[in-house]
Amino acid sequence: MTRTLMEGSEAIACAAIAAGCRFFAGYPMTPFTELLEQMARKLPAAGGVCINAESEIEAVGMTWGALATGARAATGGTGQGLALMQESFSEITRAELPLVVFNMARGQGDYFQATRGGGHGDYRHLVLAPCDAREAVALTQLAFDLADRWRNPVLVYGDYLLAHTAEAVEIAAESFPPLPPKEWAVDGSLGGSGRSRNLNPLGMQKGRKGIEPEPFWRRLQAKHDAMAEREPRWESDATPDAELVVVAFGTLARFARHVVRELRREGARVGLFRPITLWPFPSRALRDACAGARRVAVLEQNAGQMIDDVRLALEGRVPVIPIGGISSDSAGFGIGPLLDPDEVRTRIEGALAPHEVSR
Amino acid sequence: MLHDGSARGTVEIATQRCKGCELCIPACPPRVLRMSQQRNDLGVPYPELLPGCTGCGACLLVCPDFCFEVQRFEVTPPGFEATPPGEIRA
Amino acid sequence: MKSVRETLPVKPALQLGVDHDLCPGCGEPLALRMLLEAIEELGCAQRAIGVVGIGCYTALSPLMDVDVIQALHGRAPSLATGAKRMRPDALLFTLQGDGDMVNEGLQEVLHTAARGERITCVLLNNGVFGETGGHMTATTVIGQRTKNSIEGRDAAYHGHPILIGDLLAQQAGTAYAARGSVHDAAGVARTKRLLRRAFETQLDGHGFSFVEILTMCPTGWFVGTAKGPGYLAEVLAPVHAMGELKRDGRYVSSAELRAARKT
Repeated sequence: MTRTLMEGSEAIACAAIAAGCRFFAGYPMTPFTELLEQMARKLPAAGGVCINAESEIEAVGMTWGALATGARAATGGTGQGLALMQESFSEITRAELPLVVFNMARGQGDYFQATRGGGHGDYRHLVLAPCDAREAVALTQLAFDLADRWRNPVLVYGDYLLAHTAEAVEIAAESFPPLPPKEWAVDGSLGGSGRSRNLNPLGMQKGRKGIEPEPFWRRLQAKHDAMAEREPRWESDATPDAELVVVAFGTLARFARHVVRELRREGARVGLFRPITLWPFPSRALRDACAGARRVAVLEQNAGQMIDDVRLALEGRVPVIPIGGISSDSAGFGIGPLLDPDEVRTRIEGALAPHEVSR
Repeated sequence: MLHDGSARGTVEIATQRCKGCELCIPACPPRVLRMSQQRNDLGVPYPELLPGCTGCGACLLVCPDFCFEVQRFEVTPPGFEATPPGEIRA
Repeated sequence: MKSVRETLPVKPALQLGVDHDLCPGCGEPLALRMLLEAIEELGCAQRAIGVVGIGCYTALSPLMDVDVIQALHGRAPSLATGAKRMRPDALLFTLQGDGDMVNEGLQEVLHTAARGERITCVLLNNGVFGETGGHMTATTVIGQRTKNSIEGRDAAYHGHPILIGDLLAQQAGTAYAARGSVHDAAGVARTKRLLRRAFETQLDGHGFSFVEILTMCPTGWFVGTAKGPGYLAEVLAPVHAMGELKRDGRYVSSAELRAARKT
């Protein structure tokens, strides 16, 4: 096993290429920029294309065109950039294209954007939240597989810490079960046959007037319901006897995991539940993990977003309190005081102490 | 549809699909199209062919609803007998 | 009874029917016919990929017997870029209206031209947003009445039109740019020649190619259908001048084309 020291951005780029990604387009913005740089450097050597798009709107558009031809393709940005891509996200989902998107976010404030979606209409994206570079290598490859398997976009939620922390990683190519051939892919070959393709998000068909999108959108809804049933992923750490369950995702969860283990060694009955899929949120697993808990504490670096999903999952069975909050550096990139084991310990200890639960 | 001894071509017109836009009327170089007095099932008049069609196909090019099929006849106009190969006519 | 030497068919071989709900007197189906015939004549039916924008012409895509990708309003050039980079041997074209290309998608088409992407962008320019009912676009000319310039476009209040053909022709990455129209039979026929030259530019690998086709929209212009061709010739064509704007590396402006027509 050969491990190399590399930043998360580079590890993700290597993993994407190992998964067969041959097209990438993006617009530089901190802390996504290095992922774009790495793809620009590495993709041509792998026989792929990386384009510096004129804005995020064109980045996702170019990726859409590449996907339409059957290639594995991805784009990314940070939260503001993904905000510009939302119309295309909705329509790419309806066109059933296997888009992979990387949000290298400035903290955890894009949870709503990722899981609710900022686009129009009914649509869902699978959202994977790695906690470190090693997991990002695995989840990046999983993203490309799930995107093709479901013919649906998959979003990988990273952040500044993940992008810029160097870790020893091995870019081991994962293997997945075989996928069906992409017969829907547009290559020009059916021109003149009477059966030429129309890859569109509206349900338009060749030789027929009008669009009639409703049956088509209902079929998409059924697909999303199936995804919600089959794809939840999570990590549950020492929760069967826990009185307090801490819920955290992404890189902040690494701090929580470290502190929870430390507290357990000291005899505290505390556990950690870490959603790995932010959508579908692993509600059933969370309910099981909190079956014996007296309190659930949500540690997230924002004004309170994942806590909504925790409360929805627990259906009022257990009191839920926020112990995270907004925390950032002087430039707003999300490296705030909360990303510190001592601070996290203070927050969790505060939740362990008996007190009135508000809200 | 009219056949005339002097016509070099003719057209078949899908009169029931015509939307009555009249773009074909001024487009016809010999001016052998005119809009009908009657109306079709869409409630609009449609073009009718007069004698003298040259089979040029202008009507076909300008019709947004693809209502024209144009036929060109085997005709050699007077004074324009085919030149035998190799011979240059002054 | 004379024998028939040749029949000009009702529709091109690459067209899947003739039934559409576009307005009487609309120029867009005329451009569609020329586009499909050009593709067929170049023998490119089985390598053509069209990226269609959003406008009245979107309803024509079910009639096109070539592989098509539907894009969002303004976005066709970026989709075409991604598709061409993955399928360099395909004949990639976009089909867009002026609202789509020059309003929503101006940045996109300009950068695509500047990058010299080997695709052909086809613009159906009728000087209005037709599908929403006849509203002003960036190509609407001064004095033209639309639903949001009902007294006529006023330079002081609404600003000036953008001559998109010129803008694109000026980019070093643009190898061919031309403007034609479908207001008369000669114009329709010329449009096919322009499209063929643009496609040949792409097939020869020379860079970005662009064909702007002025089309009639009597509904959006508030004129009777029979008045459409005259309106195009008298209102739009004097501004968006017809001719070849970029060929063999040389840019000829709309002003020069206009002057050449007058002499």
